[in-house]
Amino acid sequence: MPQQLSPYQRWHLDKPLLTGVLILSGVSLLILYSADAQGLRIILAQAARLAVGLLIMVAIAQLRPETLARWTPYIYLTGLALLAVVLIVGAITKGAQRWLDLYIIRFQPSELMKLGVPLMVAWYFSDRNLPPGLRHILVAAGIILLPVLLVAIQPDLGTALMIMAAGAGAIFLAGMRWYMILGVLATVAAAAPLVWTYFMHDYQRRRVLTLFDPESDPLGTGYHTIQSMIAVGSGGFFGKGWNNSSQALLEFLPESSTDFVFAVYAEEFGLLGTLVLVSVYLFLFGRGMLIATYAQDTYSRLLAGSLSLTFFLYFFVNIGMVTGILPVVGVPLPIISYGGSSIVTILAGFGILMSIHTHRRIVQF
Amino acid sequence: MLDIPLRDYFRETRLFNRRVLVVVLGVAVLTVLLLARLVYLQVINYSHYATLSQENRINPVPIPPVRGLILDRHGVVLAENYSMFTLEIIPEQVDDMEALLKQLAKLVQLKDTDIRNFKKLLRRRARFESLPLRTHLSDEEAARVAIQRPFLNGVELHARLQRRYPLHGLAVHALGYVGRISEKEQQEVDKSIYRGVDHIGKLGVERGYEIPLLGKVGIKKVEINAHGRVVRTVERLPPRAGKHLHLNLDARLQAVAEQALGKQRGAVVALEPATGAVLGFASTPVYDPNAFVNGIDSESYQALLQDPDKPLINRALNGLYSPGSTIKPFLGLAGLESGKIKADDTITCPGWFRLPGDRHLFRDWKKRGHGTVDLQKGIVESCDVYFYTLARTLGIDAMERFLGSLGFGGLTGIDLPGESRGLVPSPEWKKTRGEPWYPGETVMTGIGQGPFLVTPLQLATTVAMLANGGIRMQPRLVRALEDPGTHKISEIRPQVMKKLELANPEHLQAIIEAMVQVVHGDTGTARRIRWGAKFTIAGKTGTSQVKSIAQGETYKEEETPERLRDHALFIAFAPAESPRIAVAVIVENGGQGSRAAAPIARKVMDYYLLKQEPG
Repeated sequence: MPQQLSPYQRWHLDKPLLTGVLILSGVSLLILYSADAQGLRIILAQAARLAVGLLIMVAIAQLRPETLARWTPYIYLTGLALLAVVLIVGAITKGAQRWLDLYIIRFQPSELMKLGVPLMVAWYFSDRNLPPGLRHILVAAGIILLPVLLVAIQPDLGTALMIMAAGAGAIFLAGMRWYMILGVLATVAAAAPLVWTYFMHDYQRRRVLTLFDPESDPLGTGYHTIQSMIAVGSGGFFGKGWNNSSQALLEFLPESSTDFVFAVYAEEFGLLGTLVLVSVYLFLFGRGMLIATYAQDTYSRLLAGSLSLTFFLYFFVNIGMVTGILPVVGVPLPIISYGGSSIVTILAGFGILMSIHTHRRIVQF
Repeated sequence: MLDIPLRDYFRETRLFNRRVLVVVLGVAVLTVLLLARLVYLQVINYSHYATLSQENRINPVPIPPVRGLILDRHGVVLAENYSMFTLEIIPEQVDDMEALLKQLAKLVQLKDTDIRNFKKLLRRRARFESLPLRTHLSDEEAARVAIQRPFLNGVELHARLQRRYPLHGLAVHALGYVGRISEKEQQEVDKSIYRGVDHIGKLGVERGYEIPLLGKVGIKKVEINAHGRVVRTVERLPPRAGKHLHLNLDARLQAVAEQALGKQRGAVVALEPATGAVLGFASTPVYDPNAFVNGIDSESYQALLQDPDKPLINRALNGLYSPGSTIKPFLGLAGLESGKIKADDTITCPGWFRLPGDRHLFRDWKKRGHGTVDLQKGIVESCDVYFYTLARTLGIDAMERFLGSLGFGGLTGIDLPGESRGLVPSPEWKKTRGEPWYPGETVMTGIGQGPFLVTPLQLATTVAMLANGGIRMQPRLVRALEDPGTHKISEIRPQVMKKLELANPEHLQAIIEAMVQVVHGDTGTARRIRWGAKFTIAGKTGTSQVKSIAQGETYKEEETPERLRDHALFIAFAPAESPRIAVAVIVENGGQGSRAAAPIARKVMDYYLLKQEPG
């Protein structure tokens, strides 16, 4: 049988996923070149990160899902431990601490948890009957909330919410009953005012408030949103053209190469360009969901489904934030934004998807 | 009944696929939302955001115009601009002001007053305005700052034009000075024409001609980044420099007048009768206007304020003095014009005057009396009794009307802001103060005493009116405006303020003849200045009983009796046949007009008519 393997098959790669990822990587380098005023420093650094990320993706794709499942509890527990370390170090140095300085690379344990939580939830449900009962739902909720809380008090509300979304996606896909879902939603709605009053930092509250009226604080919290909306809007239908983002070049747009890189893209390539980009993201999401439906066991399905969903959510939250329909939370645009940890996490996720898809036992009747 | 532990694989798959469908539907909804938002921003509101983006990059930066020069009638520069380096700070771009100031103190000399002034400005600045910390940087200091500049956020080094008055105090009361725009002025002025400009005329010609001197602000449209740093200039609308002012004032004549006044407190106003041109406009003591340009320090200012000689008071414009006997020629004319007296009507002067039914004696300055006195003798010898009698004959209403028509108690219309009106007393005026008018006051008005107040400028314009056949011209310091670009000079036409309709021109001639005799006659009160005069002078001396001068200043007890002496006055014009110059002189506490004031007028006239400077 194994005489007719294509390179994709041999290397356990998924051609559509790889294509999409490579397109986004190319867009990333293209737009960062422009966002950083034609500087080479940032795109070289980004290229290096993409290369590392792609290597990790390929490496993970070689693992069998069973192997990954075996490692899952350890990955999760290691992540928790690192989060605790970060918090303790942060408490000592008195400041928001998200990074773990490993001297060679700086590393954000919360990034690891973006994968750790869906892995763990999928692992937990993998040998249980679905739909899960209330007891299992509660255990899964505990698995999710523990790291979420640790990240939220860093404080990094954006990442905490994304981790929660990944876990919640897995539970939802596992078939949590609708009445339970409605119950949770009702509880959340009831608790929201309390969270607002007691658990949110001032700056977080301001960010939410300025969402409704960015002009109320044009030079403070609303500044990012106003400037990025100007960038996106002034791009028009065809855009100003590559390297012509005046908002970025003249430094009106903050974070133009990281969280707000989409604004630069939209300014330069217009609605036409953004439609293309949205299509690529949707394509990757769709391919991920397809892989989930092809998957043959609960662990693979839940993992593939929740990773695909989270990928879409990153994209949605980032663009929502840039276009002013969501508050400014520090969520990067997957693959395109400049920044190491996020790229590695996302690409590792695609590695998992490829692993799941290419290690199926082909049962032929 | 079994609790089934077996897994129903197909059921789970169906469940999972249904959930996937829900997720896909949710994603579809969110995607539609995003696309709608993108269309809203990029298509529907495109022009709005395109405009905002354009405004973000293009910032109009004002280019302050160069202020016009002020030149005297012969082209002597009285006010100019010179370039100097200033160290300025844009507070918005500074993270830690104290640290920055410390850092700068290492590069340039920073006095405590510099820092204090800067902090005062800091409290009332506009956004993104650069505030001066130090002016007059030496080349070396400027170089040190320039080198460090990339490491000093918010620090700017500007070569700015600074106003300078090269002759210092000369004619300061005519020129005035410019100073930093104050908080109050900031609210009053049209902000659009003062963009980028931080000095404004405060007094004198600098204030009166502020708008032409200022010029028009230019605009440089620059592309800036979010830090306000200029990336490049897109468009430049050059500023239009302010007009040069050519004054009627003669700086040499002014110097002669100021030197003649010397250390005395006083004023000299010299006019060209036919045009109203102000040839000299002196008020002593003077002060150096350069000190005010960038804000005078409070010690120096206090010193000026507390100087008993009050140098800041513009005596020529605002000094209020009783005209004393200088009013006599005018009242003589009033008498002739009224028809109630004739020039050769005489009275007998016993040395005193008494109102019928009243014991009070109005004394003549000459105790023995002047004997038989006609109008000419009354003026030449300044006989008080003659004018007491005349005043009673005319009555206060007629006197007030005639003096008013000459311009007393009103504005001369000089092109300087803030002139004082003076006061011609009248029963109505007293009524407003709730006091009755006494007949004795009519008598005192006849010799220019009592509450009667005039300014030196008024005396000069009225005597010039006599010299000019009864036509009063608007006194003008500025002769012409010059466009610095085209060098086109636009002269300002002399302006007639008032034409006295004389019943008989001979009346005026009689008065002038009497004034000539005041100087050239053997009994004239000003005969001491006739010696060596190469032209005929018509004049009139006066002494003014010491009154408080304007602004409610009173002489204090501890001040020497010298300050209680009479003020000396003299008005004159020459040559009497075809007058070219009219002068009014006041020397505070100078005593008699003939001794203290008349020689000053003679020196001024000598200079002007003979170009002869006093040795």
